[in-house]
Amino acid sequence: MRAPGRARLAGLGGGERAIRLGPGSPLLLLLLLLLLLLLLFSFGCGWRSRCCSPVRRQKLPYECGSFPEPAAEGPGRGRAPTPGASRFCACDVRNQAEEADDISDPQAAPEAALGCIGDMADTPRDAGLKQAPTPRNEKAPADFGYVGIDSILEQMRRKAMKQGFEFNIMVVGQSGLGKSTLINTLFKSKISRKSVQPTSEERIPKTIEIKSITHDIEEKGVRMKLTVIDTPGFGDHINNENCWQPIMKFINDQYEKYLQEEVNINRKKRIPDTRVHCCLYFIPATGHSLRPLDIEFMKRLSKVVNIVPVIAKADTLTLEERVYFKQRITADLLSNGIDVYPQKEFDEDSEDRLVNEKFREMIPFAVVGSDHEYQVNGKRILGRKTKWGTIEVENTTHCEFAYLRDLLIRTHMQNIKDITSSIHFEAYRVKRLHEGSHAMSNGVEEKGPEAQEM
Amino acid sequence: MDKEYVGFAALPNQLHRKSVKKGFDFTLMVAGESGLGKSTLINSLFLTNLYEDRQLPEASARLTQTLTIERRGVEIEEGGIKVKLTLVDTPGFGDSVDCSDCWLPVVRFIEEQFEQYLRDESGLNRKNIQDSRVHCCLYFISPFGRGLRPLDVAFLRAVHEKVNIIPVIGKADALMPKETQALKQRIRDQLKEEEINIYQFPDCDSDEDEDFKRQDAEMKESIPFAVVGSCEVVRDGGTRPVRGRRYSWGTVEVENPHHCDFLNLRRMLVQTHLQDLKEVTHDLLYEGYRARCLQSLARPGARDRASRSKLSRQSATEIPLPMLPLAETEKLIREKDEELRRMQEMLEKMQAQMQQSQTQGEQSEAL
Repeated sequence: MRAPGRARLAGLGGGERAIRLGPGSPLLLLLLLLLLLLLLFSFGCGWRSRCCSPVRRQKLPYECGSFPEPAAEGPGRGRAPTPGASRFCACDVRNQAEEADDISDPQAAPEAALGCIGDMADTPRDAGLKQAPTPRNEKAPADFGYVGIDSILEQMRRKAMKQGFEFNIMVVGQSGLGKSTLINTLFKSKISRKSVQPTSEERIPKTIEIKSITHDIEEKGVRMKLTVIDTPGFGDHINNENCWQPIMKFINDQYEKYLQEEVNINRKKRIPDTRVHCCLYFIPATGHSLRPLDIEFMKRLSKVVNIVPVIAKADTLTLEERVYFKQRITADLLSNGIDVYPQKEFDEDSEDRLVNEKFREMIPFAVVGSDHEYQVNGKRILGRKTKWGTIEVENTTHCEFAYLRDLLIRTHMQNIKDITSSIHFEAYRVKRLHEGSHAMSNGVEEKGPEAQEM
Repeated sequence: MDKEYVGFAALPNQLHRKSVKKGFDFTLMVAGESGLGKSTLINSLFLTNLYEDRQLPEASARLTQTLTIERRGVEIEEGGIKVKLTLVDTPGFGDSVDCSDCWLPVVRFIEEQFEQYLRDESGLNRKNIQDSRVHCCLYFISPFGRGLRPLDVAFLRAVHEKVNIIPVIGKADALMPKETQALKQRIRDQLKEEEINIYQFPDCDSDEDEDFKRQDAEMKESIPFAVVGSCEVVRDGGTRPVRGRRYSWGTVEVENPHHCDFLNLRRMLVQTHLQDLKEVTHDLLYEGYRARCLQSLARPGARDRASRSKLSRQSATEIPLPMLPLAETEKLIREKDEELRRMQEMLEKMQAQMQQSQTQGEQSEAL
């Protein structure tokens, strides 16, 4: 390296005597230049190698629960893509899919010359994936220890996309609180019971019925099997004693079904998951406090399913009334020992706790749902038009629908499913096993797969 | 001085002066689930703060709450006329998980007032009878539902023969205009289906002017009234201050007829039909109660033959009332003239006098 440098300088020295650099002899100058070049080099590579290190905790693609979105709306997703910074959290990559398009090519060019060992650019990738796996090209030549384990993220992501996701949501509340409309608004399609049954019965059923409707929806290549479970007749009668029993029975039946599948000798490769992941409980906007029915229901069900309480038809509450009402509800929930989602005891680490605390402050969400579109300021938005103004559903100054949607779909969907399967279902399973073993120990032969399991 | 002028055209003025001196009293009952804006509406209607010291119970307290009847009184004076307004509230209605028979205390209360009045009317000193009968019941229907709920129907069925019912849709700012119309129609249909008799605003006389008739027809069409209550004054920048509720998407004006039916309700309840409500309570509902009560006394055997004969004479003259079902009775009476009613009243007064002397005799016997 020295020879060319000297040659260069010599060439220069010949023609341009006029240029005299500061501290004396050309040799020193040469040394300085070389040092500078070396420093620049090592800096560049070292930075990239630091980024390349697989030491940080990786977030699995489906763990983020977010679906590919061009706009980075959710909390914590606003990080601008820096060229050269590797995309280890695949969510970021997906969220910035648009920018990734721009960057994928320029990244391939200049630093490729450095010749990274273990260059991942060679591995063939799905043409369908938008995000660029090419960041691997920028590995510093000095990082010999790169193995490529982090590509498992990609593999899992591809698999998850092929398999598709399942989500089962239950809506509970008195008739007329806008449950079907809210579901339609949440998933931006006509999937509620009302839309599917054209001859919607306006009559309140004599007993509580459980009606489940399944839809397959797709967004940006990700397929989801969404099941909405409706409970018409809840809380509508004069005597509402034990109206929660059919609902609890349904939830436990789903757990039982899953348990039976799990316990089989010849298990299916993928057990169909019909367990209720989330239960949206609708509180009428009275402005006072929770009703006894609300408390009884939530007390019992918060132990078996994730409950997300929402204040329905919140456009009757002014801001001050809303704040007061929420305070009363939170106090009521606390005094009755009701733990709604996100549950405090299931926070895994401080990071989770921080994010969840923000949501816990807002629960219950004051929502307004709508099927109708109106023209406001030149845009077509979902809302409700009255003589005194138009309520925009997705405007966070009007109602908290956007926050609910973010919680349920964009950020915490996978977490909800995990809690259902790892905590609620496990608790049910343990209870059943204890029942089974208790029966066995009493000398009663337990028939069925449980015996084999034990 | 006109030779043919006698001067009794001044009678209404004399009546007016006398009643102003006497003052009016009016008992209004509000019923409905909690959280429908009943207290706010009452405060807005009469521009008072009747519920100043109210403390809302916590949810856990409501678990064990039973229905109570609360009475609040306030004296309102306007233009030299004093009105003693008594408000009957029913906190705890529809609150508990099991609301079976939760309307029974209300029915019992209304009947107690009738009973009290009946006793006073038949008593010795009838100069200062306190009229504590419930003249009107504002029943609040939830805007969130799809019409009348089973509890609403059960309550209305239990009280519609005993008190004037005016159905009201509370917190009507939850509804868009089309939804309001649909809900009103649905409620009207349900009321007809369940044969619930609400207070019928009387038809205006044929000699009223067109404007008044149009207004009257409009008001009748907007039953049940979709109301929004508020006592807070909102100052919206340049516009004049209005009573309303301020949201981040607009302000609902309580007294704007395009926004809600509050003005209609206030006009009908306070300005035009206050007296009519009292009259209907006295002439129809109270009489119906009285007839039923006295008939039931007559049948299982009265205390002595004398009173029984008196009562049978009474019931003989009152055959139109107890024999026919009440709905038809109402129609018949409406068709009859004012004079027929006055004749009946006179007859009753005479009979009551006779009964009074009878009870006097009984009391002296008992002692």
